[in-house]
Amino acid sequence: MDAADAALARLIDQVLEAASLRAALQIRGGGTKDFYGEPARGVPLEVTGLAGISSYEPTELVVTARAGTPLAELEAALEESGQCLPFEPPRFGVGGTVGGMVAAGLSGPARASVGSVRDHVLGLTLLNGRGEVLTFGGQVAKNVAGYDVSRLLAGSLGILGVICEVSLKVLPVSPAAATLRFDCDEAQALERLTQWASQPLPLNASAWCDGQLYVRLAGAGAAVDAACSGLGGSVLAPDAARALWQGLRDQSAAYFAVDAAEPAGGERLWRLSVPARAPQLRLPGRQLIEWHGAERWWRTAAPAAVVRAAAAQAGGHATLMRGAKGSDAVFTPLGEVLMRIHRALKQAFDPAGIFNPGRLYAEL
Amino acid sequence: MTTAARLEPQPARDGRRAEVVAALADALPAAAILFRHEDTAPYECDALTAYRASPLVVVLPESEVQVAAILRICHKLGVPVIARGGGTGLSGGATPHPLGVLMSLAKFNRILKVDPLSCTAVVQCGVRNAAISEAAARYGLYYAPDPSSQIACTIGGNVAENSGGVHCLKYGLTLHNVLRVRGFMADGEAVEFGSEALDAPGLDLIAVVIGSEGMLAVTTEVTVKLIPKPQLARCIMASFDDLESAGAAVASVIARGIIPAGLELMDRAMTEAVEAFVHADYDLTAAAILLCESDGTPEEVAEEVARMEEVLSGAGASRLEVSRDETQRLRFWSGRKNAFPASGGISPDYMCMDSTIPRKRLAEMLRAIEGMQSKYGLRCVNVFHAGDGNLHPLILFDAEDPDQMQRCELFGADILETSVRFGGTVTGEHGVGIEKLNSMCVQFSPAERELFAAVKHAFDPRELLNPGKVIPTLHRCAEYGKMHVHRGLLPFPDLPRF
Repeated sequence: MDAADAALARLIDQVLEAASLRAALQIRGGGTKDFYGEPARGVPLEVTGLAGISSYEPTELVVTARAGTPLAELEAALEESGQCLPFEPPRFGVGGTVGGMVAAGLSGPARASVGSVRDHVLGLTLLNGRGEVLTFGGQVAKNVAGYDVSRLLAGSLGILGVICEVSLKVLPVSPAAATLRFDCDEAQALERLTQWASQPLPLNASAWCDGQLYVRLAGAGAAVDAACSGLGGSVLAPDAARALWQGLRDQSAAYFAVDAAEPAGGERLWRLSVPARAPQLRLPGRQLIEWHGAERWWRTAAPAAVVRAAAAQAGGHATLMRGAKGSDAVFTPLGEVLMRIHRALKQAFDPAGIFNPGRLYAEL
Repeated sequence: MTTAARLEPQPARDGRRAEVVAALADALPAAAILFRHEDTAPYECDALTAYRASPLVVVLPESEVQVAAILRICHKLGVPVIARGGGTGLSGGATPHPLGVLMSLAKFNRILKVDPLSCTAVVQCGVRNAAISEAAARYGLYYAPDPSSQIACTIGGNVAENSGGVHCLKYGLTLHNVLRVRGFMADGEAVEFGSEALDAPGLDLIAVVIGSEGMLAVTTEVTVKLIPKPQLARCIMASFDDLESAGAAVASVIARGIIPAGLELMDRAMTEAVEAFVHADYDLTAAAILLCESDGTPEEVAEEVARMEEVLSGAGASRLEVSRDETQRLRFWSGRKNAFPASGGISPDYMCMDSTIPRKRLAEMLRAIEGMQSKYGLRCVNVFHAGDGNLHPLILFDAEDPDQMQRCELFGADILETSVRFGGTVTGEHGVGIEKLNSMCVQFSPAERELFAAVKHAFDPRELLNPGKVIPTLHRCAEYGKMHVHRGLLPFPDLPRF
């Protein structure tokens, strides 16, 4: 029995014991996303012992890694073969793990162009609330055998079970990339992004803040060159471009720094996910737009009800990312039919209700 | 293996039918309710014609209000409901239930909106896949997933099956190209999964709804992503003298960091069959040909085609031909897209398999299939979505001959089980339906199958939506396990087993 098998055997024992006592467990990888979601409670269930890349064959465009594998280790292995996780998951600290990345379901700047974490999950192994180890999906991109349970786990915040191992679709790093900057106001930025996104351009990411629009192009050298000369703007130096997108990806840019200890009524950071074509949102505070208009960050002191109403009116939803939570829910509440399905799914995966209770919604 | 309905006492079935028809008459005009045998006969099967059942009643709603009412009535009476789109499914996902209502959504055929600015379209579930791209063409946009049946299959069916096509290596499956699904739960309540934003709060339910074969909810409306039509596409036809080199060439292309818009493999038996059918100028001397497509801006395509040619030559291609123009490119593809009908021309019947394996095992799989041809005494022609390792071996047989039929089923099961052993899956894009219920016993453990059943139960507690598909019962798997022991010596080979 190797270390990972032993770690899995221990996890199964802990889960069975917690289930028999109906005692809450908080699933923990690197602990870099404690700030995200509703507060965690229960006894920590450490997954970092389930570590290591179990298989990686670049020609298959698939990597399989155990949940506790540091994300940094995975990305380094991919980089050696000229490949990457194209959805650019945020790294909130050095210890972040592959399992945490999938469970949180967060994607970075390239999301609107290349898809989300969920889109790249091909299969996973799950430890459910009965202590059973179950495998869904697989290591191939086309697979419709049974319901797509593995993708349901992406973004589930651990409420359905412990992700033990996951297979991800990976892609070659684009041969060429360039970042352009334009001076423009919000309306012009949204207008331009809409136009460009409907053209066959190698558009890969975009960001607008404080009167400046940044656009990243990525693809074949010839296509990137042609787009650069077609779009105009000024080209950022490679180092500056790298720093810009890294700050956005990891939410480490100054814009994202909101003091969680600030008293209620202070400024908080919200992520509004809306249709890309939604009109300008009128909220007090400072805005950052990504995903070609589909993601609108707001640093605002506006009450939750006001922020949520603005998001809903635009056809989207709002998540409280950082700042004092007070009595506000982190995630937009669900309607009755969807909540009924959520409750039933929770019951199906985790009948004793032990995994990350309340982390997504208070009643789950 | 026709109609299990024959096993129901006929008077009881007639009584039930009268009861259901009377209840539905409150919600639907008489013309939208079919129950005479001559009217319901066209709905007895989908494209998996070997499996038939006579539905109790067929309904043809034309509004969401009617769909909700049908579901409410059936829920109250405990009647199963099977939603049907274009009827092109290859795994029997729309096979009727002998005591159920078959709901054809053919009248939901309106494109509600094409928005060139947000690159989305809102369409009713019965809109044909190809009709979406036709409507978007005037804006230079298209809907990427293109199953071979795209002229007839509907978006609602694509959502049910998570359909792919020849271009999904680069552009993804239905899942990656659908933003929002509107529909109804088994009890008739309206529901929306996903959103026109890029994500929705809570669990990612649309991920499990897409590909659920109509068992979790009935889809009525879909928002799809449209993408800008590439300015140019060119296709390389590469010939190989042996299957090994063709299989290895596929891996080499990917290894060089190239993601082709399509990468397809056909063996000689297949090219001979399609050449007679469409005259695509395929190289009939090659053991296998690869079709390798590049799309994008003219600059991108020129750069990529040059790299592809280099890799394919290096991998041992004996001949390379790059499409000169759109006409020739479409001719290269015409053979591939007509692989199934062409096979119908060389054999009374064929059974199409759909497993996926890791790309690196393509050559090994082709060899294994060669061995199976002599083992089971049947011919097999091969057409693969090689880029994603998705295989469509077509086993040729004569359904009139029960012995051939039985050997064909064993041949098919052998391919599927070999695929699972190679680290793959029993279905890449055609779905489980009723056709691959036995194979699900091989791919999933009892606890895994139990979780599928629990997911079904979470959405549809009374198990009325398309019951009996996808998830085999424990009993069935136990029986299948026993059959394995006696492979080739099945007791009572003429008994229906599905």
